[in-house]
Amino acid sequence: MVVDGLYYTKEHEWVKVEGSTATVGIADHAQEALGEITYVELPEVDREVSAKDELAVVESTKAASDVYSPISGKVTEVNEALEDEPEKVNEDCYGEGWIAKIEMSDASEVEQLMTSDQYKDFFKDEV
Amino acid sequence: MPFISNTDQQQQQMLEAIGLTMDDLFADIPDELKIKNLELERGLTEQELQVRLQALSGKNSTHLTYFLGGGFYDHFIPAAIPALAGRSEFYTAYTPYQPEISQGTLQAIYEFQSMICRLTGMEVSNASMYDGGTAMYEAMMMALRKTRRNKVIIDDSVNPIYRVMIHSYTQNLNIELDETKHSDGRANRDAILEQLDKETGAVILQNPNFFGCIDDFTDIAEAAHEKGALLIMCCYPTSLGILKTPGSMGADIVVGEGQCLGLPLSFGGPYLGVLATTRKLMRKMPGRIAAETTDGEGNRGYVLTLQAREQHIRRDKATSNICSNEALCALQASIYMSLLGKKGLKDIANLCADKASYAFDRLTAVPGVKARWGKNWFYNEFVIDLPTDATDVVSKLIEKGIAAGFPLSRYYEGMDNALLIAVTEKRTKQEISTLADALEAIL
Repeated sequence: MVVDGLYYTKEHEWVKVEGSTATVGIADHAQEALGEITYVELPEVDREVSAKDELAVVESTKAASDVYSPISGKVTEVNEALEDEPEKVNEDCYGEGWIAKIEMSDASEVEQLMTSDQYKDFFKDEV
Repeated sequence: MPFISNTDQQQQQMLEAIGLTMDDLFADIPDELKIKNLELERGLTEQELQVRLQALSGKNSTHLTYFLGGGFYDHFIPAAIPALAGRSEFYTAYTPYQPEISQGTLQAIYEFQSMICRLTGMEVSNASMYDGGTAMYEAMMMALRKTRRNKVIIDDSVNPIYRVMIHSYTQNLNIELDETKHSDGRANRDAILEQLDKETGAVILQNPNFFGCIDDFTDIAEAAHEKGALLIMCCYPTSLGILKTPGSMGADIVVGEGQCLGLPLSFGGPYLGVLATTRKLMRKMPGRIAAETTDGEGNRGYVLTLQAREQHIRRDKATSNICSNEALCALQASIYMSLLGKKGLKDIANLCADKASYAFDRLTAVPGVKARWGKNWFYNEFVIDLPTDATDVVSKLIEKGIAAGFPLSRYYEGMDNALLIAVTEKRTKQEISTLADALEAIL
């Protein structure tokens, strides 16, 4: 499932841009591939990240996978609910399963991300 | 992995096939670091080797009466334990890498974890670690990962062997280790509370501590939690038959040496590291957990779980470089605990405490021998002051077949005459009298 209006990365992260804030999560394809998610290691609030930095770690029953920051900026909020209910990433990866909000330092980076249509094409190729 | 030897001729063929010489393969190693000559003696025949090793082992003093503790204790081991643990299905199984086909091993680990949780009063135990010292280091790293801080307070009444290990493990890490000096044999509350601040990630204490003194750390746990730090408590599992559990004192992580649970003394191991914690911290715990579940048909089964941070899965995300455990030792401990049961463990603990108390009275009645710290509470181990150097006394008593104790000068300054004496349920009234008489004779 690909949601329109969001931006995507090749590593299957999604970004929702509202003003200068970017909300980040993992795409449906990623949560599907990882299987049952048992733990999300969230970033620290106020941490400065650059695009492609490791932002969070998602653990499924048998693997720990990095989530990369699609965008540069400062982490302003993290989804603490995931500490107790990591399964939200499986159940609602584009909604309640969001991971972090980043105050973007360079909005032009958004242009380097894929739109939902581009992601659908990329996704088709990858599959 | 099998060792497949190859002949000089085969090596030559392989080198020719890839177009390199042997020196090319080791070109990255600077010449000065390459071994020129090992100067090895000629090989020995099996018979010669046996004679030599027997002569070496003959130098050991054996059949001693042990009053030596300091973290490793001469407890009685029922014959059923080695007999059961020696069954080939347990003895030869290393670690359940294909867990689903190792149901027996997994169940044994599950039972071990359950018993450790009940003994320590904690919610989660891992499947065991190398020994008490490595468990303590891992607990410290867990606490620092959780709190994202880098300051650790450790009292010097914690086993000095563990402290040395922690120092060497952390030598090149950005960790500030603040050591507090014990106060009359107990953890130094004033110094700990004074040092505790918002940078402190962990406070490490031991109960009974290295001197055998027992304490209640509830207040320190509360103070640590108030500052956002965690309390790591090292325990002596056998003592938990009668002492307040670390869990009820508010400890966040409990570690300990499980040798006392049915494992023989063997000069360095294999021993058994115990590590238990709270549900809240289980994701930060190294190793894995064996868990109970049901299969598709509703049958009970066991699985390994929470192992996403194990080294064999994703090395760079591993919480620890220890990925295997001491499964056979843990099994022995499980058999010990289950054979003794709740009452048996309590009985052993009471015997240790009572006999130590008797030995304390008997030894401090010897002219010239004094209790070092007045009437401190202790479990099965205590410190006496001799009128002369404790190391000399210990050497003299070895000749009489008695391992009298641990001279504390080895790890503590200004304690040249202090001797740490351990008494387990194995020591008889007669043996305690023999020690007291021998001590009196040489002083």
